Amino acid sequence: MSKNLWIAPAPHVKDKASTGSIMLCVTAALLPTLFASTYIFGFRALLLTLVCVASCVIFEYLYRVLTKQSNTILDFSAVVTGLLLAYNLPSTFPIWMAMIGCFVAIVVVKQLFGGIGQNFANPAIAARVVLLVSFSKDMANFVIPTFKDGVITRVVGATPLASINAQMPTLADHSELMFGGVEGVPDIFMMLFGIRGGSLGETCAITLLIGGIYLICKKIISPIIPLTYIGTVFVLSWLLGVNPVQQVLAGGLILGAFFMATDYTTSPVTKKGKYIYAVGCGLLTVLIRLFGNYVEGVSFAILLMNIVTPLIDRYTKTRPFGGIAK
Amino acid sequence: MSSFLKKTLSGIKVAHHKNTKDCETVVMPIPQKVSLPMLQHMGAPCEPLVKVNDTVCVGQLIGSSDKFMSAPIHSSVSGRVAAIEEFINPLGVRTQSAVIETDGEQRVDPSVKAPVVTNKEEFLAAIKASGLIGLGGAGFPTHIKLNPPKPEQVDTLVINGAECEPYITTDYREFMENGEEVLEGIGHVARYLELKYVKIGIEDNKPEAIAKMKELCAGHEGYEVVALKSSYPQGAEKVLVYETTGRVIREGQLPADAGVIVMNVSSVGFVARYLKTGMPLVTKRITVDGTAVAEPKNVVVPVGTHISDVMEFCGGYKKEPKLILMGGPMTGIAVYDDAFPVIKNNNAILAFDEEFINIEPETPCIRCGRCVQACPFDLMPAALEKAYKAKDVDALKALKVNLCMECGCCSYVCPAKRNLAFTNRMAKKFLRENTSK
Repeated sequence: MSKNLWIAPAPHVKDKASTGSIMLCVTAALLPTLFASTYIFGFRALLLTLVCVASCVIFEYLYRVLTKQSNTILDFSAVVTGLLLAYNLPSTFPIWMAMIGCFVAIVVVKQLFGGIGQNFANPAIAARVVLLVSFSKDMANFVIPTFKDGVITRVVGATPLASINAQMPTLADHSELMFGGVEGVPDIFMMLFGIRGGSLGETCAITLLIGGIYLICKKIISPIIPLTYIGTVFVLSWLLGVNPVQQVLAGGLILGAFFMATDYTTSPVTKKGKYIYAVGCGLLTVLIRLFGNYVEGVSFAILLMNIVTPLIDRYTKTRPFGGIAK
Repeated sequence: MSSFLKKTLSGIKVAHHKNTKDCETVVMPIPQKVSLPMLQHMGAPCEPLVKVNDTVCVGQLIGSSDKFMSAPIHSSVSGRVAAIEEFINPLGVRTQSAVIETDGEQRVDPSVKAPVVTNKEEFLAAIKASGLIGLGGAGFPTHIKLNPPKPEQVDTLVINGAECEPYITTDYREFMENGEEVLEGIGHVARYLELKYVKIGIEDNKPEAIAKMKELCAGHEGYEVVALKSSYPQGAEKVLVYETTGRVIREGQLPADAGVIVMNVSSVGFVARYLKTGMPLVTKRITVDGTAVAEPKNVVVPVGTHISDVMEFCGGYKKEPKLILMGGPMTGIAVYDDAFPVIKNNNAILAFDEEFINIEPETPCIRCGRCVQACPFDLMPAALEKAYKAKDVDALKALKVNLCMECGCCSYVCPAKRNLAFTNRMAKKFLRENTSK
């Protein structure tokens, strides 16, 4: 007779994927962009990223210890938050301010609301917005890289989006914004490779796309949100008479659409909900960019849509197979 | 409806582990002792008809019930009744059990003779007397299933040969070894119940079985072998009916309401054998497999054989077993002792060693939505879990927890390792208790 048998409810086999393995995949998907940023913006970009990752992990660890809760740093979600927050900062951003951002992200937005899975907004997005309104000058202190003869040179200046925005009111008609070369906006080839001003992790479209496609292939994110979001921005920009390709490549859209808007906790669960959410993100992004006071709209758009996600979820429940309406 | 508009039901990819696929069925020698619980089916338990020290023969009726929803129990061996004792089954239900010491002679009871069947009433009576229940796993008494309230609505017989649970290969062996009898059994059911169409659903990871049944069905009008995609849970009743016939069994309905009767392949094979011999359901083919089993096999065992005896026949444990399952890994029951007997609707005994067990602690839900994507019925397990924790009757009703078939896909895919399927089971029970009042 054999004893000491395990008793557990069915099923007795489970998929290998865990929260930690998913977060590690996201981290891996973000790494090519870190290499690109370090190349484009220099060592300062790498340093700032490492500080953010370390601060996020340490804040998470300390909070869990001080509140006598289980240690959750091994789910690697704090690492992802640190990476994403750093990618949303200009490479010149002061270290101590970045650490305040990490505190806001991990402690205020994530842990105070109950930790992983309970945050009302994406921690990195919320922290970026807090930093943006608290330290506006430092958040706009961009480095503009230029690539010539295999060498990157960097000067302080305005981002391509800011250039488009600044020239919009002065132009007699928008056709120049649509087709002409706008002063201060690099050509598309340079923008694809991230040789333009902007937050340190948002510029290199190529590496971000590689990471995004990797996540879609690994079925970690559904393509619905990034494609619908970017599609909405593209079409709406076109209809409003600005160059849609520039709108897609010039700001933080690709980073936001693939890595921030797709955050599980703060985006809708069902397909229908995801479409509504992504169209909302796209709409708000274009409206803020073209008509708002801020040059960039991605973070505000995602933050606002994060907040309405519970509402979207409520009205987009699935219809069970064979279910009859009561 | 045109096929491109057809909704596809989700499911999951699980490693098949059909290791015993080519293990021809072997018959196990009669064990020293068997235990025959009085509840081996869905419904009311039987009352024992024998007393301690009675002599019993193979096929002798030893338990019956006058309740509508029940199925009689027959002795699987000849020998002496050693005890009528209380028995707690692996799910914690208490019934009585007849313990029989075998004499090894396997004398057949004189009542065992081929039944005379000429019409539907006699057919149903014979099925009832045979003790047959759904052999796929649920154990629904077959005589009730074959006698729906509105028989004129039913036109299709769906044969469940999907066998979507990993490891188990008993249905596959039934096709390969007894394909002719399966077809004969189908013929009996279709004839007496006047069913026009027969759909045999087999997962496409069993091409040999599909080819064999296609060959056998050739020339039978209305018969069709449907190759199902190999995705769990294709063998679940509502999924199978939808995939083979396109019909949807709605909330609160039985398959008969959608014009369908669903039978397991081993059940129809048994029907053919019973009509020929009159030997009730006293043996069962089971797959014995798992990382702790020395010689995995497909074995015919007398109903009531203890797991430990089956294991001994299969070369014993090659590693210390830590998890023993009655049934497959997706829906099987983990038993706490290998002294439990094999009952009629068991189709596998799986024993695994420590390395197989991977019980990770539950972590918070990250709302990834994998459970929603995996659910074949488009339920929202994470939302159901929340509603159950809040004891919210209205939310549980609105989210239709009653439609959950406990296939386990949600628990399988959950990266936070939450026991969502088990929670659904608890929620269904909670909802039943709170709506009947």
